[in-house]
Amino acid sequence: MTNTLAAQINSLLAALILLTAFALLAQRKIIALVHIFAWQGFFLALSTAVIGFASGEHHLYISSFLTLGMKVILLPYILYKLVHKLKIHRDIESVVNIPTTMLLGIALVVFSYHLTAPIRELSNLMTRSTLAIALATVMLGLLMMVTRRHAVTQILGFLAMENGLFFAATSATYGMPMVVELGVALDLLIAAFIFGIFFFHINTTFDSLDVDQMAKLKETD
Amino acid sequence: MAPPLDIAGFSVLLLLALALLAPLLRSVRTLQIPLAFSLGAAASLAAVIAGVITVADGSVASATLTLGIPGLPFHIRLDPLAGFFLVVIGLVGFFVSIYSIGYVKGYGGVRSITQMICFYSLFLAGMLLVVLADDAYFFLVAWELMAAASYFLVMYEDERAENRRAAFLYLLIAHVGAIAILLAFGVMAGQSGRGGFDGYTFDAMRTAHLSSGWAAAAFFLAFFGFAAKAGVIPLHVWLPEAHPVAPSNISALMSGVMIKTSIYGICRFAFDFIKEFPWWWGCVVLALGLISAVMGVLYALMQHDLKRLLAYHSVENIGIILIGLGLSMIFASFHLPTLAALALVAALYHTLNHAMFKGLLFMGAGAVLHATHERNMEEMGGLIHRLPWTAALFLIGCVSISALPPFNGFVSEWLTFQAFLLSPALPHPLLKLLIPLGAALLALTGALAAACFVKVYGVVFLGQWRGHQKPERIHEVGPSMLGGMLLTALTCFLLGIFPTWVIAWLDTIPKQLCGGRLAESAGKFGWMWLTPLSHERASYSGPVVFIGILAVVAVTWLLLHLRATRVGRVPIWDCGFAKLTPRMQYTASAFSMPIRRVLGFLFAVREQVEIVPQTNHPAMPGTLQYRLRIRDRFWNWLYEPQGDAAYWIARQVGKLQQGRIQIYLLYSFVTLIVLLVFLG
Repeated sequence: MTNTLAAQINSLLAALILLTAFALLAQRKIIALVHIFAWQGFFLALSTAVIGFASGEHHLYISSFLTLGMKVILLPYILYKLVHKLKIHRDIESVVNIPTTMLLGIALVVFSYHLTAPIRELSNLMTRSTLAIALATVMLGLLMMVTRRHAVTQILGFLAMENGLFFAATSATYGMPMVVELGVALDLLIAAFIFGIFFFHINTTFDSLDVDQMAKLKETD
Repeated sequence: MAPPLDIAGFSVLLLLALALLAPLLRSVRTLQIPLAFSLGAAASLAAVIAGVITVADGSVASATLTLGIPGLPFHIRLDPLAGFFLVVIGLVGFFVSIYSIGYVKGYGGVRSITQMICFYSLFLAGMLLVVLADDAYFFLVAWELMAAASYFLVMYEDERAENRRAAFLYLLIAHVGAIAILLAFGVMAGQSGRGGFDGYTFDAMRTAHLSSGWAAAAFFLAFFGFAAKAGVIPLHVWLPEAHPVAPSNISALMSGVMIKTSIYGICRFAFDFIKEFPWWWGCVVLALGLISAVMGVLYALMQHDLKRLLAYHSVENIGIILIGLGLSMIFASFHLPTLAALALVAALYHTLNHAMFKGLLFMGAGAVLHATHERNMEEMGGLIHRLPWTAALFLIGCVSISALPPFNGFVSEWLTFQAFLLSPALPHPLLKLLIPLGAALLALTGALAAACFVKVYGVVFLGQWRGHQKPERIHEVGPSMLGGMLLTALTCFLLGIFPTWVIAWLDTIPKQLCGGRLAESAGKFGWMWLTPLSHERASYSGPVVFIGILAVVAVTWLLLHLRATRVGRVPIWDCGFAKLTPRMQYTASAFSMPIRRVLGFLFAVREQVEIVPQTNHPAMPGTLQYRLRIRDRFWNWLYEPQGDAAYWIARQVGKLQQGRIQIYLLYSFVTLIVLLVFLG
């Protein structure tokens, strides 16, 4: 496999990751969101493996396996269980309607391409063209957190953002040092546990997972 | 004999050990209070000895303690100025410790004695360390130790919201001051020309050459910080809140010595670090001193809470000390070393005197409180019959603070007047004209203070009992409390009778700080006569005045008693009224009425008179209610606007807090985008 081929496969995978990011923005059903998130993780793992193979940085394989284990199997499984246990099916009406969110997302992608243009000029890595997409994925995740009102979708937005960050790391510098990646993976796992606990608490306190309910906690004078 | 620095170090270590071991002392139960406070008294006495030797010898000793952060050792140094303040702290600490044995007993079983002992020792140790510290770092550690310990002591009776509020106000102003002092040290260290942390020692600050702008910044930051601790108007508001609510032995320490540590700080900055300063610095200090003195005594006159009144008198006396310091700075800036020495000695002498008589008065107020459980003067009266010893000792305090001979207050105020009257020697026409006017204000202060203490003594000790409880249940306080007060009163007397010796002892301080000496001219005519500069100008003899007073009293007594006539005792003629009641006496409010009428514009006075008719006819009034509320105008002028502004800003900022997660996320999102746009 030549580097050009690897770059092309990587570009394809990047496109698929961006596609899943948009799908996350557009999807209303929560189970479907979990599925899309798992697919995004799968593309990410694949992309990491391809980069690792093409660049000869073999520690990326470990990252790839970690991603596969965490983001494709474990976290979606936890979320799946949670959604079933709490009997959540549909998201609550989002703050901004979906077509507007999509338009905002497109604007963010264009903005990311604009931002990373100077870096593309400087870098000579084969993954340089995907940096814009990585940044766009981060921003789309954040956008998802801002626009959705359901606690579970917010967590999915957060995890998607983390995917974007991971992707940015691999495409900009062929991955972070191993120690950092292991740490991040562990953090993510713990975060998922904490989120689970919070979900239960929010649900029992407010009888809903609508985070807008938490505005009641604000002190008024 | 051990060198003074070792004795001082021993004193501090003893106090720190006492603070640590206070919980263990609980096991000795009844002995806990006498043991702990005797140790406190011993430690204070050690500090006095160290200070007396240092000042007498004019010796300077320093040491480096390798404690604390590595590479940042603590420096300590004992020079005459520090030694003098060791004496002030130690003397009051000694007397108050003796007094506390009896006073703290009153808290037994009600409150934690261990807590009192622990913070009391830490407080004393903190004050001693403040004057011993020889670098900015250690100084601030000691300063904060002193502030924190005294905060907990003010909070001692913490179940009342009033006390918690007062303690918080105290802590707040103390910390605003501490920040200013920290900044002042920062300026000094930054300008000292030494790199890294080397500039933080006082030695570096002594040798630093500051440009005039930076020197002014350093001095006035420090002055602001110390003024906040000293209670200089307009930073005085914590004093009348915190002093009344603290236990009386603590009030005596806080008012007697703690606020004096800021006088030490100002002396250190002006005369030791900066040395060369323009004359207008002294004018600022002098002006603030005059304002504090006059306003302090006027506010004091309006009070009817005994301890609050005494707290306002501390503001007044700090003002008098600052007048001396300000004059000394003005003289020093025109290179008149002898005059500067005179004014400095006046200021330091008054510092010592005020520590004594204010300590005595607060202890006396504590004794009254202990016996009557009453702070409001309107509810007292005739206590001279129930508390004869306390009354006599309190009278000595009153006479001293009113600056009447032969007691100590007179000597230092007289010296301050001498400094004022010598100001025409200044080579500056405007100052020559204006400064003597300050002497008039100082005279006014003295007269008002005398009026105030006539009121205090008359209302509290003379006349008849006004309170609700039966006066028969009031008993004289115990021997340790009387002993503490007696020793203080004796010191007041000795300081008033033998000023020449005190000045001769103090002489090393002005010699080191402003190059002038006073003892030679002051003691030219022996210990009997005090002649500050020359005997043609002015002279005063404490012993002669005392003997004169004794002679007059003796002659009067003899004239009255030599004739063998029996004095018959009959009821007082009641002017034809049916019966005299205690309510017919002058009250504290009534006594200060004329001054309130004349100078009322200086206060926020609210008077309400309400007549409740008994029958339907207005000519037959039933009860008449009179309500008087006097507030410090500085609250409305200075503090409330600041508080309101802080609340307003907080409310505006609070609008950002919507309580909705999306909004918070949006803040981060927008920030991210904006940063990317501008920096990307």
